[in-house]
Amino acid sequence: MRFLFKTAYEQDIKLFRDRTTVVWYLVLAVTVLALPAMLSRYYIGEITWVFIYGICGVSLMVLVGYTGLVSLGHAAFLGIGAYAHAYLVHHGVPWVASVAIAVAITTACGVIVGLPALRMTGIYLAIATLAFSVIIQEVFTRWEGVTGGFAGMAVDKPEIFGIRFSNETSFYYLCGATLALTLLLTQNLLRSPTGRAWIAIRDSEIAAQSMGVYLPFYKSVAFAYSAALMGLAGALFAHKIAYLAPDIFSILFSIQLLLLVIVGGLGSLQGAVFGAIFVALLPPIIAILRDSIPAGMADAAHATGIGLIGTIGHGIGEFLKKPGVEAGIFGLILVLVILVEPSGMYGRWTKIKLFFSMFPMYKRDSFKRQKSYMRSERLR
Amino acid sequence: MLQLMFLRRNGVVALEFVPRTRSDTGIDWVGVKPPARGGDKLATFLQLTLNGLAVGCIYGLVALGFVLIYKATELVNFAQGDFLMLGAFVSYMAIVWWGLDYWISFLIAALAVAAFGALLDMTVLRRVIGQPQFAVVMLTIGLGAIFRTFASVTWGSEIYTLPTPFSGVTQVAGVTLSHQYLSIIVATLILCGVLYGFFRYTRMGVAMQATSQNQLAAYCMGIPVKLIFSLVWAISAAVATAAGILLAPVTLIDINMGLAVALKAFAAAVVGGFGSIPGALIGGITIGLIELYAGATLPEGIKNTAPYIVLLVMLAVRPQGLFGTPGRKRV
Repeated sequence: MRFLFKTAYEQDIKLFRDRTTVVWYLVLAVTVLALPAMLSRYYIGEITWVFIYGICGVSLMVLVGYTGLVSLGHAAFLGIGAYAHAYLVHHGVPWVASVAIAVAITTACGVIVGLPALRMTGIYLAIATLAFSVIIQEVFTRWEGVTGGFAGMAVDKPEIFGIRFSNETSFYYLCGATLALTLLLTQNLLRSPTGRAWIAIRDSEIAAQSMGVYLPFYKSVAFAYSAALMGLAGALFAHKIAYLAPDIFSILFSIQLLLLVIVGGLGSLQGAVFGAIFVALLPPIIAILRDSIPAGMADAAHATGIGLIGTIGHGIGEFLKKPGVEAGIFGLILVLVILVEPSGMYGRWTKIKLFFSMFPMYKRDSFKRQKSYMRSERLR
Repeated sequence: MLQLMFLRRNGVVALEFVPRTRSDTGIDWVGVKPPARGGDKLATFLQLTLNGLAVGCIYGLVALGFVLIYKATELVNFAQGDFLMLGAFVSYMAIVWWGLDYWISFLIAALAVAAFGALLDMTVLRRVIGQPQFAVVMLTIGLGAIFRTFASVTWGSEIYTLPTPFSGVTQVAGVTLSHQYLSIIVATLILCGVLYGFFRYTRMGVAMQATSQNQLAAYCMGIPVKLIFSLVWAISAAVATAAGILLAPVTLIDINMGLAVALKAFAAAVVGGFGSIPGALIGGITIGLIELYAGATLPEGIKNTAPYIVLLVMLAVRPQGLFGTPGRKRV
């Protein structure tokens, strides 16, 4: 266990905790830069999804994980960003300007949604954002002049200052750089007074208010910033998916984004990235398992001479091929995470780290959660 | 439905259009067609009102399920619509596959789903009481996804039609009274009467009221709070099943029938004031009427969004709903 000897207040808000952390992040950066040389185009495309989901995750993490405001309608912001960007690019606006305008539009929408949210908490806010996203989805369907309606809308590859990001690798670097900038910006915000105000609001609104945090302002800023990041992610999303249709931005996508932050671990930026890795890579992994499990178990059956193994493998393969199984697997993982490890993948990672650094003195109760049984909402 | 997950199969970025039977949020009310314009205005109005009442009763029943669970356990159950779907499928299985009588199937489905709801409470939901509300919401959303997958694996993703004894129509003064819609309204009235009697006059019902007012005090008075919770889940699952069976002949049965209804039932519960039982029913009827009136008179596209617009206006103007009481949070 390494103890930090703090000699200055600045140490509390340092970007990295100590030099070892810096080294590890450098190693990670070099690995990410070198990956396209090592992996095939398919995997690079999949990792690009991780980056895009990562930006979405950071956006939702700021709102849900740091400010404590639940949104069941974030797919709508993604859609607004994606459609605005696609429309502008299609009409000849330069890429950077188009992204900036798309982000500005989503930010404005975020503020507008955030205004009524100032009066609501908890479940009411979730339902209000859900209603907002349903309405926006209907707008996407009906506003055919801009969105193309049900028929959808094709999106070109990005072109920035004359450089065309036409292949997977260049787009990979574009998305990776955007995610890195997003993380840096958000981390800087979080260690500034704004971020500390957000965390205070999450932990106790009343306590924050009595310490002089002006709730309406900071909640609006959280909504606006979260929506802005979603708009940015939307612009990249539009290029990556290449074809926009209103069905994509449904409530199910919003739920998937919430799943991302919960599985990753609420209240940590690392959690957003972990969650993005999980959400983006689970479908391809299921696709691989769909073919490899029956094949592998058939081989095992052949080698051992027990036919039952082959039959079971075939059954698993058939099960995974059924429509809608993927959603069920996501649901099952969500349920298990909430029941077994509510602090998500990042929480588990910190526990493992602490276990090894404290070995053999690790105590399970260091992470014991407090439950509150107060029926506060209806006390009157 | 889940197009996005099918988008990137084998690394090819392409949209696969899954055949749309109904949108995620809209319900195709078979037979609820706005009457031709220019006809008898009063008859049109009455017709819309009747249909809206029937639609609203379904929303009200599902909202009632939300409210019962919320009042008793402070959990918000996003899987209520999936209980409805499960109930409809079980009754279909009993009627068509096993060839049982409609009413016996009704009973079997209600009991089966109620038992399932109670079991779910004992095994899963009891563990999350006391955790943040958000975690519970996500848990029930996850459970709903599991139920839908279960239904699609067990019963397939086809669309089924439930045979029903109420199929005729009666013409009264230019208004077509569809027996299906009448059956929904009558059954809702009966169900509400039974529930009212249960909560008002039986020992168990009064114990439930006590538990919903104060768990700790109820526990100290010797009320088996855990059992009460399971029973509340069972009742609300059974109510959802009843709504599902009543709804099934109208919208047909498929795995996504619950989601569409549940979203609007949420609007209903909020409009009525989350936590008020008469409010849930009145909210449901309000939403149903608004949906049909808007569909008949306003441009296309408003019909599906009207309930949500009403919901947002309600939240902005009167966040506690029609019948709710504003609560203050204690530090």
